[in-house]
Amino acid sequence: MAQVTHPAIGPPRAAPPWAGQLSWTWVGVVPFFVFALMFLILPTGFLAVGGFQDGRGHFTLRNLLDLFQPTILSSYLISVKVSAASAIGGALIGFALAYAAIAGGLPAWVRPTLMTFSGVASNFAGVPLAFAFLATLGRTGLATVLLIKLFGFNIYSAGFNLLSFAGLTLTYMYFQIPLMVLIIAPAIDGLKREWREASANLGASAWEYWRYIALPILWPPLLGSALLLFANAFGAVATAYALTGSSLNIVTIMLFAQIRGDVLHNQNLGYALALGMIFMTAISNAAYIRLRGRSERWLR
Amino acid sequence: MNRGRIGAWLALLFGVLYFFVPLLGTFEFSLRYLRGHYSLEAYRIVLADPRFTATLTYSTVLAFATIIVGVVLVVPTAYWIQMRLPALRPVVEFITLLPLVIPAIVLVFGYLRIYNSTSVLPLTGTERATDLLLMFSYTTLSLPYMYRAVDTGLRAIDVHTLTEAAESLGAGWSIILLRVILPNVRAAVLSGAFLTFAIVIGEFTMASLLDRPAFGPYLQLIGANRAYEPSALAIISFAITWGCMGLIQISARGAPGQTAGAH
Amino acid sequence: MTFLEIDNLQKRFAQTTAVEHVQLGVTRGEFVSLLGPSGCGKTTTLRIIAGFEFPSSGAIRLDGVDITRRPPNRRNVGMVFQSYALFPNMTVAENVGFGLKVAKKPALEIKRRVDEMLNLIKLPALGNRYPYQLSGGQQQRVALARALAIQPQVLLLDEPLSALDAKIRVALRNEIRSIQQKLGITTIYVTHDQEEALSLSDRVVVMNEGRVEQIGTPFQIYNFPRTAFVASFVGTLSVLHGQVIDPAAGKILVDGQEIVASRGLERARAGDVCAVALRPEIVALGEGGGDENRMRGTVEEVNFLGSIVRIRVRIKDNAISLDTFNNPRLPPPQRGEAVTVSFPREAVLALEAPPST
Repeated sequence: MAQVTHPAIGPPRAAPPWAGQLSWTWVGVVPFFVFALMFLILPTGFLAVGGFQDGRGHFTLRNLLDLFQPTILSSYLISVKVSAASAIGGALIGFALAYAAIAGGLPAWVRPTLMTFSGVASNFAGVPLAFAFLATLGRTGLATVLLIKLFGFNIYSAGFNLLSFAGLTLTYMYFQIPLMVLIIAPAIDGLKREWREASANLGASAWEYWRYIALPILWPPLLGSALLLFANAFGAVATAYALTGSSLNIVTIMLFAQIRGDVLHNQNLGYALALGMIFMTAISNAAYIRLRGRSERWLR
Repeated sequence: MNRGRIGAWLALLFGVLYFFVPLLGTFEFSLRYLRGHYSLEAYRIVLADPRFTATLTYSTVLAFATIIVGVVLVVPTAYWIQMRLPALRPVVEFITLLPLVIPAIVLVFGYLRIYNSTSVLPLTGTERATDLLLMFSYTTLSLPYMYRAVDTGLRAIDVHTLTEAAESLGAGWSIILLRVILPNVRAAVLSGAFLTFAIVIGEFTMASLLDRPAFGPYLQLIGANRAYEPSALAIISFAITWGCMGLIQISARGAPGQTAGAH
Repeated sequence: MTFLEIDNLQKRFAQTTAVEHVQLGVTRGEFVSLLGPSGCGKTTTLRIIAGFEFPSSGAIRLDGVDITRRPPNRRNVGMVFQSYALFPNMTVAENVGFGLKVAKKPALEIKRRVDEMLNLIKLPALGNRYPYQLSGGQQQRVALARALAIQPQVLLLDEPLSALDAKIRVALRNEIRSIQQKLGITTIYVTHDQEEALSLSDRVVVMNEGRVEQIGTPFQIYNFPRTAFVASFVGTLSVLHGQVIDPAAGKILVDGQEIVASRGLERARAGDVCAVALRPEIVALGEGGGDENRMRGTVEEVNFLGSIVRIRVRIKDNAISLDTFNNPRLPPPQRGEAVTVSFPREAVLALEAPPST
């Protein structure tokens, strides 16, 4: 997320006389907190607590342990793999794109155009995205057919299948790449042109510039953004549901089935499943925030 | 320097291909309904389907309701935090970031558990109540974007001075909010509103699990059963998203890009 | 012996010509300033010398070697940037030693040289600090040390002091000059501050709109400006516009009043439009003596600056500024008062007509 600069605003004024006692100042934010309680904190808390309970409401760690049974564990593993693959791919390609548009010496209109398109593309996800990739890389999709016609190369004979780990990763990257472009742009902006010039002036080659200056400054936001992409992919379900259905058993698909019909035959295990998901996304986001703050210290 | 520039153009070319080829593929696929030649038959079928209009209307109405609730919830809160309770800012900001951390599917799971027919607040008891619940779910989803847009907009205007000026002229707090603050953050609110619209129209997970006739589940249903209509729907859906983003650009004019949507 | 030769440089960007016909020969160890307003081409010229831009035509020769097309990392010139451009992820010592590290010098030699440089800029204890922990003036000194550490043949400075407070600026510029003299390094210094240029340089190059207006020592530039631009940019000379009546006698008509210039109009023709400059310290109130020029006008503005009183007298279309010492027994004239001003014939500096565009 881009840093917001604060315009200079004076210290908070005291409440005006008609506000009454101090307790009145809280009135304005009560609706918000009630809303947050009802639709964010309580539901999550309920699931979290439920994960630690058995069918009769007693405290137990059984559910957490059950998360490690083969079906569930492999489900988490597949989720991690897909999320990591699309995060790394999205991060690398997104970074290359953003860097090319911002610092690559391209015409001035390229950057705002890329930002606009990224804003659109990062929102094109879920069910329609799955359709789009089916229409493009499915067995009779445009790209598949073109590759056969123009290059004689049949990707399906070569072992590719859209309804697989690789296919889902590729589809996820459609919104991961633009998301990366948007998140990493401020960090690339922070890389001042004078540093490149100064390093050249002191005799450094392009490679030495990257090795000693650009990458050391950029790796925290790069890694942090990759983690954000990871969390983003981990929590996604609509795209996978529409594309691979239950053939690729990622955690969100399993959770979806569990909510629909208690396929695990254990309510509390379902809660633990959700709890595990929250844990993964929370850790990633926390790491992202830590990393984002790291190099900002230098760039004051 | 020149080698770098070639690399930059190549990267850009790759990005353009990755972005446009799926769209082209979808569009081309959607024209294939009638064997032998391209036609807009798939679109005709889709647009004539009563469920298309019904679900799109449902989602649109829900979107508008979500926007209104979102504005009513966020604008006073953001205003209050800036004016009177800046100490609470980190807490509120943390809360507004929670919907980005907690996946939507987990949230709706929670709703189904605590608001089902056996609870104190049986929001899933009737269809209307479930609609209400779905709307609140969408408000939660759009909260981060709405709050950030409004908060940025408020910081750009000097809230304190405007309020004091209005107070000295005799305005009460509701007048201040409606007539002074809201018009000045119009651009920010609009950009949050268009983003919310795009989110709600495309959302699948919550609508599906709460079993409501929204546009998202309709899309998925068509996808499971038909061959060419899904592509037409995808193009229509993309056009709607594109339209929203375009309207954001026009109204916000320079606000940082935001992302959302059912994944 | 010309050490650094800038040969008929020209640089075009799309529609604009940033630099045109820039010709300059710098001797070894000389301190030359490029002086001019924003957009005059001084920074572009510097960047061409550094290698960050390639000229549209012309050449740069360093010690006889043509370096015009060499990439910036193989020129052995040291540059100090306006924004310091210290690498934020490295300590002061690592910054200063960067050029040497890239040149693969042994670690011991790097350390020795870094210590030497830190002593030169009088910041020996700050080696382990990061740039964000330093003040502006300290960062600038480190930037200087970093550029000097690689022992460049030429030192380039791009408005290094413009981001600093006035007091630090004066102290730091003297330090830069003393370091430059101690090391005897050929230096090109870009600035828009004429006081800086005049006080530091061996020679000054005054630039305007991409062209060189005049090259000379500070004394020459100030006392004998060649064009109206140089006269008005350097110091507060008054520029009078008039018509030549008698070139042989040096007579000019300014706002209907006749004055004489003792030299400079020999090649003019009667009827030519001309411009002359007057230094404020040479103009006096009153009739003056002998064959001094006299002009009548009205006092337009009086600025009491303490020891100096600066008075502007309006003739008609022209105005003359004069500086006079404060005299407690003689209060300055009032605004609107009719006065006579006088100045010697030798003080009238004939200026070249601006080049026709």
